[in-house]
Amino acid sequence: MSFDRIKEKLSILADAAKYDVSCASSGGKRANTNKGLGNNTGMGICHSYTEDGRCVSLLKILMTNHCIYDCAYCVTRRSNDIKRAAFKIQEVVDLTINFYRRNYIEGLFLSSGIFKNADYTMERLIRVAKKLRLEENFNGYIHLKSIPGTSDELMREAGLYADRLSVNIEIPTISGLKLLAPEKKHEDFIKPMNKVSTEITKYQSERKIIRSTPRYAPAGQSTQMIIGATGESDWDIIRSATYYYKKFNMRRVYYSGYVPVLSDARLPSLGSQVPMLRENRLYQTDWLLRFYGFSVQEIVNSQHQNLDLDIDPKLSWALRNLEHFPIDINTADKRMLARVPGIGMTSVSKIIQARKFRRLNWSHLKAIGIALNRTQYFIVCDSKDFYTKEYSPETLKQKILKNSSTKYKKYFDGQLSLFS
Amino acid sequence: MNPTTNLQYDGSFDGFLSCVFAVYEQKISAPVIQKEFQNTADFFATTETIFTNEQRAKRVWKAFCKKTTSKEQKDVFKVFLSEIKGVENTILRYIQYTFKNDSSKGIDFGNKDILKISQVARMVDREKHRMEAFVRFQLTTDQIYVSTVEPDFNVLPLIINHFKDRYADQKWLIFDMKRKYGIFYDLISVDTVTFEHKEEHILKKISDNYDDKESEFQQLWDTYYKNVNIKSRKNTKLHLQHLPKRYWKYLTEKKPQ
Repeated sequence: MSFDRIKEKLSILADAAKYDVSCASSGGKRANTNKGLGNNTGMGICHSYTEDGRCVSLLKILMTNHCIYDCAYCVTRRSNDIKRAAFKIQEVVDLTINFYRRNYIEGLFLSSGIFKNADYTMERLIRVAKKLRLEENFNGYIHLKSIPGTSDELMREAGLYADRLSVNIEIPTISGLKLLAPEKKHEDFIKPMNKVSTEITKYQSERKIIRSTPRYAPAGQSTQMIIGATGESDWDIIRSATYYYKKFNMRRVYYSGYVPVLSDARLPSLGSQVPMLRENRLYQTDWLLRFYGFSVQEIVNSQHQNLDLDIDPKLSWALRNLEHFPIDINTADKRMLARVPGIGMTSVSKIIQARKFRRLNWSHLKAIGIALNRTQYFIVCDSKDFYTKEYSPETLKQKILKNSSTKYKKYFDGQLSLFS
Repeated sequence: MNPTTNLQYDGSFDGFLSCVFAVYEQKISAPVIQKEFQNTADFFATTETIFTNEQRAKRVWKAFCKKTTSKEQKDVFKVFLSEIKGVENTILRYIQYTFKNDSSKGIDFGNKDILKISQVARMVDREKHRMEAFVRFQLTTDQIYVSTVEPDFNVLPLIINHFKDRYADQKWLIFDMKRKYGIFYDLISVDTVTFEHKEEHILKKISDNYDDKESEFQQLWDTYYKNVNIKSRKNTKLHLQHLPKRYWKYLTEKKPQ
């Protein structure tokens, strides 16, 4: 293999793959058998971080960036004038194995532009995974992209070798998809998702009877949505994400702030800011929904269609529902503790354990590590000092903002000076 | 006021446990456990050297295990490996607390020693995880994958199984430059090795003996690393938070060219 040519291909095909957010390498438990290569304990590892602060855990590349489609948001779209390249199957296998042996990566995330048709493309992705598993005895993580429109037979085979499968729906609403990717049909995205989700359910029930049932995509499936390319509200996005979580048993829905890469009248202009803060608030909401027992309606609804940018969604919810507070740290139930701004799930379980021994006061809470600058207004504990004064939500918000420093401060400096 | 008694030990975990044994055996009321040569100038203290006694260590550990979960046991070992000055005394108080109290009630995070143990264990665990991530193997002509590291805490004992399970079919060596010892896997088992050479000498010896393809793969990795970065999302603070500068010199992709 010619080193220079590989290097060039790698730079083109890694560059094109980087807009895929997922770098998860967890959840795919795969033990090393017979002194093979790799052992996946189900715990992900980030081997490095790029200068944008994102984790590098997988070799994330495209098989090729040739594509028959012309989706407005995509760098590799047909009409874009860029260098094209394609890897051979063996080249991807060699790169993966050699990077893995040097402890650079946890495994492979293989995606592709679509050439000829969906099945032809998917088949090549599967051949890479199959070769890694069967010929190289590779137990590292493999994430394959399910190409929209792939046949059920191929999706079945893909899940036998891959840990995770994913289809990026990219545009959260059907109307947005029609606008930006008129050649793609919504059903084409749903088809492989459906197949994967039924196969996973089938595997789980069959395994109870026959233990040797071949494993199917142990790390489940995920999807990704672009944020801020079309005019969706956060409410639209969250509702859409919830639908995918429920309907297809998604492990994760990723949100990806739109990075303007092409000039197109339908999209934000080149050079406009990547909506990183909005993306962050959406992830926080995602966590509140999945781990903190919140429902969608409590956080975004027809009155509050968009998340506050200057405060986190939990604080925002608390300010709208001040009648629930203050709560007593020493008696409140788990559900309510998790709803206090500034207390995370780790602290919740520490509080519950610690209060069996004694009534907790401010210094205990501080040592446990909760964010008192926010929490203090919402709780009482074993102490005589607490906030008795009733503030209006707006005053309280300003009070909290004044005493906290956010890494996103630069976004608000201009606005805050109006009020202070 | 009771005068303090300094108990000095050789720095091994068994040595530390032997000190714990001595505290109970001699009913020492104000013990301070410290490593040999780590003298504190306390004029009124009496100093005693405790010799490592495997049997005694085992007895203490067995008794401790009876009252604790395996997570708590691992945490104590991790905290010991942190090598933070004076940490032995936190562990001692924690062990004494465990012996005295009923453990079935759960963990009292309001007790400052217990909280400290869980926090330090977490720090060490994070360092262990970092080493699992930041080790960069370089293939040498004798077909050994070699890596040099400089972890904040003495975590090599904690990562042996991870690497043994993962790279079962290749010989590898991970060397701790700060503590001057390494772990070596010869396709059968993992052993501890030491080198007398100076740091620069070891590094040069490795790079002089690269396998043919080694530099190429390092370049490919570097190319990959540069190309997955999204420039318009640059976030130096976050980058440094995840990848502190002190690790850079051993990372292929961050090494100064």
